[in-house]
Amino acid sequence: MLHFQTWKIAIIVLVCAFGVIFSVPNLIPASTLEALPGFLPKRQVSLGLDLRGGSHLLLEVDFGAALKERLNNVIDSARTALRNARIGYTGLNVEGDKVVLALRDFDQIKGQGRVEEVEKLFRDLDPDLVPTIGSDGQVTLRYSDIAMTARRKAAVDQSIEIIRRRVDETGTKEPTIQRQGEDRILVQLPGIDNPEHVKQLLGRTAKMTFQLVDTSVLPEEAQRGRLPPGDEILPAESDARRPGLPQNYVVRKRVMVSGDTLVDAQPTFQNNEPVVSFKFDSVGGRRFGDATKENVGKPFAIVLDNKVISAPVIREPILGGSGIISGSFTAQSATDLALLLRAGALPAPLIILEERTVGPDLGADSIKAGTTACIVGVVLVIIFMVVFYGLFGIFADIALFFNMAIMIGCLTLLGATLTLPGIAGIALTMGMAVDANVLIYERIREEMRSGRSMLSSLDAGFKRAFGTILDSHVTTLVAGALLYELGSGPVKGFAVTLSIGVLTSLFSAILVTRLQIVSWLHRFRPKIIPL
Amino acid sequence: MRPLVFLRKTPSIDFMRLHKAGFAFSLLLTVLSVGAFLSIGLNYGIDFVGGVLIEARSTGAPADLADMRQKIDALHLGESSLQGFGSPNDVLIRLARQPGGDAAQEKSVNAVRAALGTAVEFRRVEVVGPKVGEELIRAGVLATILALLAIAAYVWFRFEWQFGIGAMISTMHDVITTVGLFAIFQLEFNLTTLAAILTVAGYSINDTVVIYDRVRETMRKYKTMEFKQLINLSLNETLSRTILTVMTVALAVLSLLVFGGEVLRGFSIAMLWGVVIGTYSSLFIAAPLLYYIRPKRGGEVKKAADAGIVAERVS
Repeated sequence: MLHFQTWKIAIIVLVCAFGVIFSVPNLIPASTLEALPGFLPKRQVSLGLDLRGGSHLLLEVDFGAALKERLNNVIDSARTALRNARIGYTGLNVEGDKVVLALRDFDQIKGQGRVEEVEKLFRDLDPDLVPTIGSDGQVTLRYSDIAMTARRKAAVDQSIEIIRRRVDETGTKEPTIQRQGEDRILVQLPGIDNPEHVKQLLGRTAKMTFQLVDTSVLPEEAQRGRLPPGDEILPAESDARRPGLPQNYVVRKRVMVSGDTLVDAQPTFQNNEPVVSFKFDSVGGRRFGDATKENVGKPFAIVLDNKVISAPVIREPILGGSGIISGSFTAQSATDLALLLRAGALPAPLIILEERTVGPDLGADSIKAGTTACIVGVVLVIIFMVVFYGLFGIFADIALFFNMAIMIGCLTLLGATLTLPGIAGIALTMGMAVDANVLIYERIREEMRSGRSMLSSLDAGFKRAFGTILDSHVTTLVAGALLYELGSGPVKGFAVTLSIGVLTSLFSAILVTRLQIVSWLHRFRPKIIPL
Repeated sequence: MRPLVFLRKTPSIDFMRLHKAGFAFSLLLTVLSVGAFLSIGLNYGIDFVGGVLIEARSTGAPADLADMRQKIDALHLGESSLQGFGSPNDVLIRLARQPGGDAAQEKSVNAVRAALGTAVEFRRVEVVGPKVGEELIRAGVLATILALLAIAAYVWFRFEWQFGIGAMISTMHDVITTVGLFAIFQLEFNLTTLAAILTVAGYSINDTVVIYDRVRETMRKYKTMEFKQLINLSLNETLSRTILTVMTVALAVLSLLVFGGEVLRGFSIAMLWGVVIGTYSSLFIAAPLLYYIRPKRGGEVKKAADAGIVAERVS
């Protein structure tokens, strides 16, 4: 106990020095840090969204909705295929995650040996589709599990990509976009001014299509049940500025051109009105050209997320592969639409499961409150230790100082995120860290009381207290680890500071304190221990 | 510099004489807690039940709660509550979980924003859908149970199984009564509260371990001492440390309670209670329980020797 090997001393001093060096940048404003020479550490601990302000969004890819849409398409193509093959059926419908129908003259089909052919017909609709035909002619079509898993994964991957593009377009700095679990995406947007706007952008699927308007029937009639086959009724984008326009449109389900062939979209002005200009790739441009050539004089609908933005009449074939969408845009909504079209459509709608947004000034207030609480707590503990343990209390306080420095240095180097509960964790660890000193000092007092000599009391105090300290720290670590594993966001931050704090206090309370006591013994050669 | 010695002589408090009163008191607390939990239930924050929480600050004059309440009631968003929060300009608005799944929650925030107008700045918005809430409850309960089991397992591993049981019972007591405190006073129970409860479990066991350590040591030292007397001696010898440590931790927690702001209030209350009750339970539950589940004496020799080697090597 009385002797420290030189290399041990070196390590202890080094660790303490590292703690100080890497924690100090946190006390200096970022602007001053910039001006310092390059070899100095400049990294600061990264603050959580609850401290720096920003938005935390947990999104879920609504794969069910995408699947439903897909199955509806299957129904459409099944209808056409069955009609062409002259096969009678009833009850063609989507039921949960499958399409069901009943073949009408199944005995006849069986008699003619056409069952295989019918099966092939269904398989041809979509290679991933697994048809099962019961003996009573009942057919179910569903996607294989492998296909479902692959599609689900692809949908999430693609969504992440699209979200990243949209977020980047808004100019948000350092966003975090990552997959969480099977079909969730965590988006963290630090320091954004207008979270509502970003949320709005993320919440839109932005699926754009160009479809012909069916002028043979009025929307009102179609709604009453006279919907021609192959048509659908779509509502108009709510539009307060042009009250004369229809509420609904009857449009052909067949898509002339879809938005995924767009290569560019920009907001611009036409006749002093905000509009969005767009450009197709070569395939889309050709398709658009052909479609407009065949339908001159007819209106077509520009459909965004199942709402008709506008339905202009085709005056002449549009062959250049570019065009303009006019609607009732504001400058902002034109900019947004252009952004969404550039970034691309989401493969499935996104649902916001959880949102936590903190304004920047509340974050600043939280930092202030947390820091104040921390400082007051530490000062109280420091005074307490001096009052109850005198000189040894000062040793403990110096160890506490290094403990805090090493802890913050670790947090900085590990790139851990500091949250408000994390600051609470720091305050708490400081209160708990001196427990090790208390244990050691009380033990020394006890040993002295039982009549041991000064040195052997010191020795026994450190030795005997060690096992206890280790046990009591491990139990706190267990709680910390579980919190980290099962907590979320800010709570994780708490678990990190608590766990790191437990480890650093093990080092500082035992080794740093002992080193000080040993040096003091060597230097002053005291006759009694002031405990 | 002469330090203030807290207990100059080892005290001789007869804890074992008081332990039955302690058991009765704890039983009462536990029954009350469980009763309150089952009858009144916890006042779950939106973390667990879903819903909307908005911290708003009126930019001009102090917030007019009545006016804001009226505006929000007019939206018919179901159960809502408004309360002052810190300064007179700050208001905490809570909306119950909106019917209609996850998407409906977001809509209600926009409705409130539109209704309150521009004179109110939203400082914090938290929206938790029902799905996430259920998952968080499950994760929270799981974390607490796992923590208790892991701690008991560690104590069993380091001591004898009898100590493990004693530690688990007294830690459960602390966790249950902390939850009970939140049920009885209807304090908001949210994620940070849960973090506090797990920390309480960690702290309480820490305290218990220190005392058990001493009991084990005393068992080794005085092989024939009567068990009640042995527990009393161990408790008295560690009493000074027990009290000093609870004081330092309480100082840190108190400063969090006073200066840490509204967000940390629930956390600090849970911690403060937990630290006090954890200390109490180490003295009056964990240690006396050993008298009833009597660890074997003499069987510890081997383990004690192991522990001794560890201590030698590290120091």
